[in-house]
Amino acid sequence: MKNNRPASEKMRIIHDTKRPMLSDYIETLFDDFIELHGDRYFADDHAIMAGIGWLNGTPVTVIGHRKGRTIEQNMDANFGMANPEGYRKALRLAHQAEKFRRPVINFVDTSGAYPGVGAEERGQGEAIARCLYEFIELKTPVISIVTGEGGSGGALALAVADRVLMLENAIYSVVSPRGCASILWKDPTREGEAADALRITAQDLYEFGMIEGIIPEGQSGSQLIRNVGRALRDTLAELAAEPDMDTMLQKRYEKFRKIGVFRQIKQEEIEGV
Amino acid sequence: MGLIDLFQKTRETSMEMKPQEEEGVKVVKCKGCGAEIKAYAYGKNLYVCPHCGRYGRLLARTRIRQVADKDSFTELYGDLAPADPIDFPGYADKAAELAEKVGMLDAVKTGVCRIGGVETCIGVMDSHFMMASMGSVVGEKLTRLFEYATEKGLPVVVFTCSGGARMQEGMYSLLQMAKVSAAARRHSDAGLLYITVLTDPTTGGVTASFAMLGDIILAEPRTTIGFAGRRVIEGTIGETLPEDFQSSEFLLSHGFCDKIVPRNQLRGTLENLLKLHCAPKGKKRQVWRHEE
Repeated sequence: MKNNRPASEKMRIIHDTKRPMLSDYIETLFDDFIELHGDRYFADDHAIMAGIGWLNGTPVTVIGHRKGRTIEQNMDANFGMANPEGYRKALRLAHQAEKFRRPVINFVDTSGAYPGVGAEERGQGEAIARCLYEFIELKTPVISIVTGEGGSGGALALAVADRVLMLENAIYSVVSPRGCASILWKDPTREGEAADALRITAQDLYEFGMIEGIIPEGQSGSQLIRNVGRALRDTLAELAAEPDMDTMLQKRYEKFRKIGVFRQIKQEEIEGV
Repeated sequence: MGLIDLFQKTRETSMEMKPQEEEGVKVVKCKGCGAEIKAYAYGKNLYVCPHCGRYGRLLARTRIRQVADKDSFTELYGDLAPADPIDFPGYADKAAELAEKVGMLDAVKTGVCRIGGVETCIGVMDSHFMMASMGSVVGEKLTRLFEYATEKGLPVVVFTCSGGARMQEGMYSLLQMAKVSAAARRHSDAGLLYITVLTDPTTGGVTASFAMLGDIILAEPRTTIGFAGRRVIEGTIGETLPEDFQSSEFLLSHGFCDKIVPRNQLRGTLENLLKLHCAPKGKKRQVWRHEE
């Protein structure tokens, strides 16, 4: 897809408050959606919204990062930055989807997992690790769509899937460009430069073979949502054509297994260690 | 300088402190209390300061020498070196420079060894190489180690330490978290034992993946273990955090690690745990009720 906007410009586009967010996708694409709450251990994290509904006559489980338009909504959703209980809620509902043979559809839009005291006390690292460990073997189709900001481990926790798609202006990064600039160059104002150096656009990731598709955004919010709906339908149909669950899981494993670029040094060069 | 010279160079086993010669005796200064310790005695004490108890950060090969049976270690995948997948400014030079200085091509050493006679796959991360950040090489070596262990039916012990995912490799680094965790999952599903030993510092993407996925999670005393960086959290909440925040003791009290093990008991503890799960070579594993 042709969209040569630099990452730094996309960062601005995805933060536009008029851009569709999780609640808009749910309202438009999923009929009779029922939100389900809580991780059953500690609390209900409002940064993750999850529930069940119909997608074109198929029951599906929807999980995603929630953001808001107003300051109040954003405070309530912790600006889309989940705590461990958010990831544990996601996992609980993913396992429920597996039990009832519902596909899981993840919407990823977060600047990252919440860096807070309580998050550390309740095992933020463990919660994310557990998502990676469980989603890879979840015996039901999983589709993840990065709709805006894919921020590091907090995004990856919901992006271990059979198909990972990104909207054309979405980004997905190992570190926030600002964080990268301040750690490496001790200068957070070089954020834009870092954004470009990190290769975080949907087009970059598609080129690297890390995502399976880019969804065009069109000219308006409603067109964007319709395109997401179409991508979901097409992708589910593709996954329905898989011969069996073992094949699907093996492909899911191999998709992540093949990622990495390294050199192999000739054996005689290393001998004599 | 060629790679051969690079690896033939002799190196100190803990690079934190440069020994000074004093009347023919090598002496190091403890970074914690400033006490002067004979380098030999420091090594004998497993690089723990005998005065203040501070734990020195170990080179991977020193760690292996401390826990594996004598001469039992065979390195695997030692020929993998970092590439520069996103042409990140300065990365290639930095990696080459460190390879020369540290004597490792990247931040993890992997292989097979015996611990108390039990054949074990071992991975040791080394903070001297870019603070043991995880890029493609670290991810690939650990993934191969888990796959090898699954194929051979062996337990895995990983000593973690890391500043997190290696941002110089962009998304390639982040996705290593999923890759290693997936291989660890398959190893687990084969009914095999995985022990992690958290060492100073274990943070970021390594904490949020394979470090927290061990069947048994051990930690060295007073190590920093966490997901988000301390300064990031202090910036978020606008206050200073207590000294023991994100320490191994903090982890233990919140239920995220099984046991804190002093360095001089580590080999013994690993040996006990491995023997409880795996039979020594040629013998049958003891379980409550043998399956037909």
